[in-house]
Amino acid sequence: MHEMSLCEAVVEIAVEEAKRNDATRIRSLVLEVGALGHVDPDALAFCFSAVSHGTLAENARLIIERIPGSGWCLDCAKTVPMTERFGACPECGCRHVQMSSGDELRLRELEVE
Amino acid sequence: MHAAPLAAVHQPDIDSERVIRIERDILAKNNDTARQNRARLAATGTLALNLMSSPGSGKTTLLVRAIEDLKAKFPIAVIEGDQQTDNDAERIRATGVRAVQINTGRGCHLEAGMVGAALDDLKTEPGGLLFIENVGNLVCPAGFDLGEAHKVVVLSVTEGEDKPLKYPDMFAVADLLLLNKADLLPHLQFDVGRCLAAALTVNPHLQTLVVSAETGEGMAAFYAWIEARASLSRAAAVAQA
Repeated sequence: MHEMSLCEAVVEIAVEEAKRNDATRIRSLVLEVGALGHVDPDALAFCFSAVSHGTLAENARLIIERIPGSGWCLDCAKTVPMTERFGACPECGCRHVQMSSGDELRLRELEVE
Repeated sequence: MHAAPLAAVHQPDIDSERVIRIERDILAKNNDTARQNRARLAATGTLALNLMSSPGSGKTTLLVRAIEDLKAKFPIAVIEGDQQTDNDAERIRATGVRAVQINTGRGCHLEAGMVGAALDDLKTEPGGLLFIENVGNLVCPAGFDLGEAHKVVVLSVTEGEDKPLKYPDMFAVADLLLLNKADLLPHLQFDVGRCLAAALTVNPHLQTLVVSAETGEGMAAFYAWIEARASLSRAAAVAQA
């Protein structure tokens, strides 16, 4: 279950940034998770409480924002929505679509005290 | 105006609460470490291959055969990743090459930091090969750069021919697909063409070889693929020095 090690990285980065900003506690974290990535938000949330235990992020609220998938269709020459990785263009049906968003896994912001 | 209650006067939240903008990629740390591994391997002209597959695809058998056939030409080292046991490293060590076992425990994939630590123990020799056998899993290992030169995915013909469509990430990041256990094809309803077409749908740049680690069929092409890339790694290290 790779959500566990991803969660460890989330907490590590969050604690590092919180300390750098002289915070004593992390109240919430906003995490951007792409809809086409291979990360399960429920599993992330489940792992978070275990991994954050005993750190500045203990009891913090994990807010997960899903980033919808989209890609550049070479044939249509425009950005189209994507519902599956490596999927076909919803307009022309060709597979010449380069994913441009939907693969994010980024810690966007922290609310600290 | 009436007196405000004490808590409202104190207003602790407004004073002490702050929002910090971060915008940091969660995999950045792994990617930094992978970059360090890559630089380390480049300095010694070592060709590192990250072998990935589902459990039971014959990865270790394939590796043992490749080591036996290549060890006279190259110094070889192996990093073995498994959740538990030292069994695979033992099979590799029986061939006479150095092998380090990493047990990931609850982890389902190798990470760059684990490979970096294994490199401290292994001391790769100049111009050699490093095989990294990832944890048997077609999902998670695809997302973690280890610092390897190439990712090689092993799929066996006893698995479904639509695996590349079901687990596209793995086939999208790989440079080479080895379709293993080809000796079993006469006994199976497995359409090699359909399988390779599926793999090329998710990754048009993927190179593909049909092999059997059991009989040795197709393995010479794999060795030629390795040798061509190993000489590039060596030449780059000489140019850098």
